[in-house]
Amino acid sequence: MAKIITVTSGKGGVGKTTTTAAIGAALARTGDKVVVVDFDVGLRNLDLIMGAERRVVYDFVNVIQGDARLPQALIKDKRLDSLFLLPASQTRDKDALTEEGVDKVIGDLSRHFDWVVCDSPAGIERGATLAMRHADIAIVVTNPEVSSVRDSDRIVGILDAKTLKAERGETVDKRLLLTRYDAVRAARGDMLKTEDVLEILSLPLLGIVPESSDVLKASNMGVPVSIHEPNSAPARAYHDAALRLKGEEIAMEAPKQRLGLFGKFLRRAA
Amino acid sequence: MTLWKRLFSNTSAPQARERLQILLSHERQVLGGNDLLSSLREDILAVVAKHVPCERDNVKVRLERGTPMSVLEIEVEVRGNIELGISQAA
Repeated sequence: MAKIITVTSGKGGVGKTTTTAAIGAALARTGDKVVVVDFDVGLRNLDLIMGAERRVVYDFVNVIQGDARLPQALIKDKRLDSLFLLPASQTRDKDALTEEGVDKVIGDLSRHFDWVVCDSPAGIERGATLAMRHADIAIVVTNPEVSSVRDSDRIVGILDAKTLKAERGETVDKRLLLTRYDAVRAARGDMLKTEDVLEILSLPLLGIVPESSDVLKASNMGVPVSIHEPNSAPARAYHDAALRLKGEEIAMEAPKQRLGLFGKFLRRAA
Repeated sequence: MTLWKRLFSNTSAPQARERLQILLSHERQVLGGNDLLSSLREDILAVVAKHVPCERDNVKVRLERGTPMSVLEIEVEVRGNIELGISQAA
């Protein structure tokens, strides 16, 4: 049986889809069988971030409605043999995802994969609650910024109330992934520090992904950032996070403050 | 803190942190649907509302924690005079 991960945040634009693709690819690179599932019906983007947008024939809703079989809708990644994508549908209405349909598809997937990584839509509506319904682990993606932290707190409350685990009296294993972290601005006092966010949300830390131009470059190319430039700072952060998900103890690498000449001068003056 | 920082201390992160802590402690009380007090509140509301009209805001559940004893205080406000519905034997 697969472990089911839901990547969620409440707020939009914090890096859920980037994280789903990056964690999925990083897990697959270790040899595990991984499927990434897009729950954002009507606004699918995981296909684009994975570079598979031109290979979508059938989607999640087609499978639920019986127009396609699950293997027909799964897209195999071109770079990693053990990585697959189940795309969301682009045109149909949001109510096309039903609870029973999702239960069936997730059940089928979890029999064939080691990891099912669900990319949640933003918000707290049906799509988001369906995406978290089966979660064993929830990755709460948060930017060090007030509105993102607030929405993450809200999502944590929903994870504790509206998941199958919650209904069974168990708890979803929630992990904080801090993204777009800028160590220089945090040191300067103009951005919430990791410790601040951890203290406010009181979640265990899965990783810190630094703000980096590599993320946009990878999405431009349609390659998960974790395998685009494997030695880039965000790629390393995602790889470490994936290993932590697998239960390995990896020391948390604090993002380095990369200072230009001017910054170095300012620091010396300070 | 260096002299430079003290002179030009105009950082915004501490404010963000403080605002969030105040806001979230409030929101967790109002929205937190999972802790003991809010689930008690929901259950009491459901039971009372079955018999007399009652709204969520009118059910107050407070807990004073202490040793050796805690006090659970439940206050339900119901509008108007409640008809008890006791039929008296003639």
